[in-house]
Amino acid sequence: MLKWLDERLGAGHWARKGLKKVFPDHWAFLLGEVALFCFVVLVATGVYLTLFFRPDATPVIYDGPYRALRGQEMSAAYESVLRLSFEVRAGLLMRQIHHWAALIFVASIVVHAMRVFFTGAFRKPREINWLVGVSLLIFAIGMGFTGYSLPDDLLSGTGLRIAYSVMLSIPFIGPYITFLVFGGEFPTEGIISRLFVMHVMLLPALVIGLITVHLGILWRQKHAQFRGPGRTEGNVVGKAFWPSQVFKSTGLMLLVAAVLAALGGLVQINGVWAYGPFDPTAVSGPAQPDWYVGWLEGGLRLFPAWEWTLFGVTIPSAFVPGVVIPGLVFTILALWPFIEQRITKDYEVHNLLDRPRDVPWRTAVGTAGFLYMGLLTIAGGNDVLALTFNIPVEGITWFLRVALLVVPVVGGMIAYRVCKELQVGGDHPLRRRRGTVLRRTTSGGFEEVH
Amino acid sequence: MLSLVLWAAGASVAPAQEPDPAEGRELYIDSCASCHGAEGEGAEHGPSLVGVGAASVDFYLRTGRMPLANESQQAVKKEPAFDDAQIESLVAYVSSLGEGPPIPEVDTATAELSAGQELFRDNCSACHGAAGAGGAVGSNAFAPSLLETDPVQIAEATIVGPGQMPKFAFEEEALNDLVGYVTYLQDVPEPGGEDIGRVGPVAEGFVAWVAGMGALIAISMFVGRKRERSPAEPDQA
Repeated sequence: MLKWLDERLGAGHWARKGLKKVFPDHWAFLLGEVALFCFVVLVATGVYLTLFFRPDATPVIYDGPYRALRGQEMSAAYESVLRLSFEVRAGLLMRQIHHWAALIFVASIVVHAMRVFFTGAFRKPREINWLVGVSLLIFAIGMGFTGYSLPDDLLSGTGLRIAYSVMLSIPFIGPYITFLVFGGEFPTEGIISRLFVMHVMLLPALVIGLITVHLGILWRQKHAQFRGPGRTEGNVVGKAFWPSQVFKSTGLMLLVAAVLAALGGLVQINGVWAYGPFDPTAVSGPAQPDWYVGWLEGGLRLFPAWEWTLFGVTIPSAFVPGVVIPGLVFTILALWPFIEQRITKDYEVHNLLDRPRDVPWRTAVGTAGFLYMGLLTIAGGNDVLALTFNIPVEGITWFLRVALLVVPVVGGMIAYRVCKELQVGGDHPLRRRRGTVLRRTTSGGFEEVH
Repeated sequence: MLSLVLWAAGASVAPAQEPDPAEGRELYIDSCASCHGAEGEGAEHGPSLVGVGAASVDFYLRTGRMPLANESQQAVKKEPAFDDAQIESLVAYVSSLGEGPPIPEVDTATAELSAGQELFRDNCSACHGAAGAGGAVGSNAFAPSLLETDPVQIAEATIVGPGQMPKFAFEEEALNDLVGYVTYLQDVPEPGGEDIGRVGPVAEGFVAWVAGMGALIAISMFVGRKRERSPAEPDQA
C-alpha cells in the first residue's frame, strides 16, 4: 500500500524526512498546539451550529418552549438560537462548547504569543512567522466578535452598536465605512447575514490559510530551542515527530477537547434567552463584550470625554480609545521584531532562545505592555467590579486612569530588576529555595548556612 | 384531629385584629421620630412621611432598609428591625398621616411571563441587570440584586421608587406580570449548567482564563514534562 502510494506520488522521501522531524522538548512549545486544537474544536462544533442557525433578520413571533419569551416578536436569527438552545438535541451543549472554545482559543494564542515574545523566538529568521501570528490573533478576535454578535440578542446588539459608533467616529471617512460595513444606519436588516458570511466563510478561510502558512514556515525553518548541552544555532535537539511527538500531540488534542467539553457541559455561558431579543431602545446592564474585546471596551470607559474639532470636523471622544490606541497596539506588536532589531543592531540568525532574564529590557517592555492591556481589560468590567466589591464605579475609573500611567512603568522596572537579580542568582525562580538556613551554634547563637 | 389542632392554633393567633395605629405611633416615636419628626413631618435628617403611603412604609420596614444607620449611605437590605405585627401597626400609623399608594396585591401564578419579560427588559434591566443580579449605577449608588426579594416588596419598590430608583406607574396587571417575571428569574432553570453569577462576559472571561487556560497550561506542562528515565540520546537534525 505504502509502496503503491510512493510509486505514484513519490512521497516516500518527503514523508520519511517529515516523520523524523525533530521537536525540541519543552512544555511551553505546546501552547501553540493548544490554540490549534481549540480551533479544531471550534470548526467541529461550528459546523453543527451552522446546520441550525438562520442568519436572517426577518421578524417572527416566538412560539417555542421558553415561556418568558413566548409571543414576542424577534428576528429569525434569535429565534433559531433559542431553538438551538432548547429544542435541538445537544444544541446547547454544542453552543456552549463553541463559546468556551472561542474564549480559550484567543487566550491560548495570547499565551503562545507571550512565550514567543519573552523568549525572543520572533528574531531573525522568524519575523515573517511573527507577522503571521499577529494576523492570526487579529482574525481570531474578529471571528470571536462576529460570532458573539450573531445571536441578535440584546447584549450582542449593544456590542454591535458600540462597534458601529466607533467606526463612525473615524474622521472624514467614518460614515462611508459604516455604510459600507453595515449597509445603512444602525440597526440594519442586513448586518446579521453579513456577519454570518464573515464568521463562517471569510475569517475561517483566512485563519485556516494562515495556520497552514504558520506551520509551513515552522516546518521549513525548524524549531527554535532553549540553550542546553549539545544545542547550537545549527542543530535542533529533541524527539522525532514519529513516534514521540505524534503521541504527545494526539494526547494533548484529546485533553484540550476534554477540557472544552467539560466547560461546555458543566458551566453555563452566554444564556442569550435571559437577555431577550435585540431592541434598539433598550439596553441591559452589565453590558460587556467577551474578554478579548474587553480592553477596547475598557479604553472607551477610561478615556475622558474629550472632543476636538479639526478642519471643521468634530472628532468624537470614541476615536482615540476606539481606533487610535488599538491601531498603535497592533502596529507595535506586529513590528516588534523590526523595532527590536533597530534597537539592538543585531542582524544575526537566532535559533537558540533567550530566557526572559537574558534580555531584561525586552522582558521589562513586555511586562509593561501586558500590564497595560490587563488594566484596560479590567476597566472594561468596572461596573461589575464596583458591584462585586461594593466600591463606587467612579472611584475605580479614576484609580484605573492613574494606574494605567503608573503601573506599567513600575511593573516594567520591577521586571527589569528581577531579571538582573536572576542573572546573578542563577536558579529558576520557582525552584529556588526561599529564605536562608540557620544553624544554632553551641553557644546559643545563630549563623547562616550557605 | 390534625385539622382541629390547626384550627385551634389558627384561632389563637387569628383574631384578626386591625393593626393599631396608636401602637404604631408608640413604635414610631421610639424608632423613627428622631429623623422623620414627631408627627412624620420630616426633619433635618429625614424626609416627611406624610402621604408616602402604606406601600412605601411596608417596603422600607420589611426589607430592613429602615431604620437607617447612616443617612449618607444607600439603604441596603437587612434583617427587619420589627416583627410582622409591629410593621403592620407602623404601616397603619404612617398611612394615617396622609393619602398614599396602598400595599399592592400580587398573584404571580396569574402573571404573563412574556409580558413581564418585556417590561423588565425595557424598564429594569439597564440597572438591575438582564438576569436581575444587580448592577452599579454610579455616584455611589447601586441597583440591588432582585434574586432574594419577596414579590410584594418588588411590586412596592416599583411604585414607590426607593432611593435613586424612579417610580413606575404601571397598570395593576402589568405590575403583576413584571413581578411574576422577576420571581421567575429568582428560580429560573439554568439549562446550561453552573450559573456563574449571571453577570455575563466578565465572569465568563474569568472562568475561561482561570479554569480553562489554567487547566490547559497545567496539561501542557504534564504532556511536555521531561522524563528522567527516557534514553538520553537526542535525535539530531
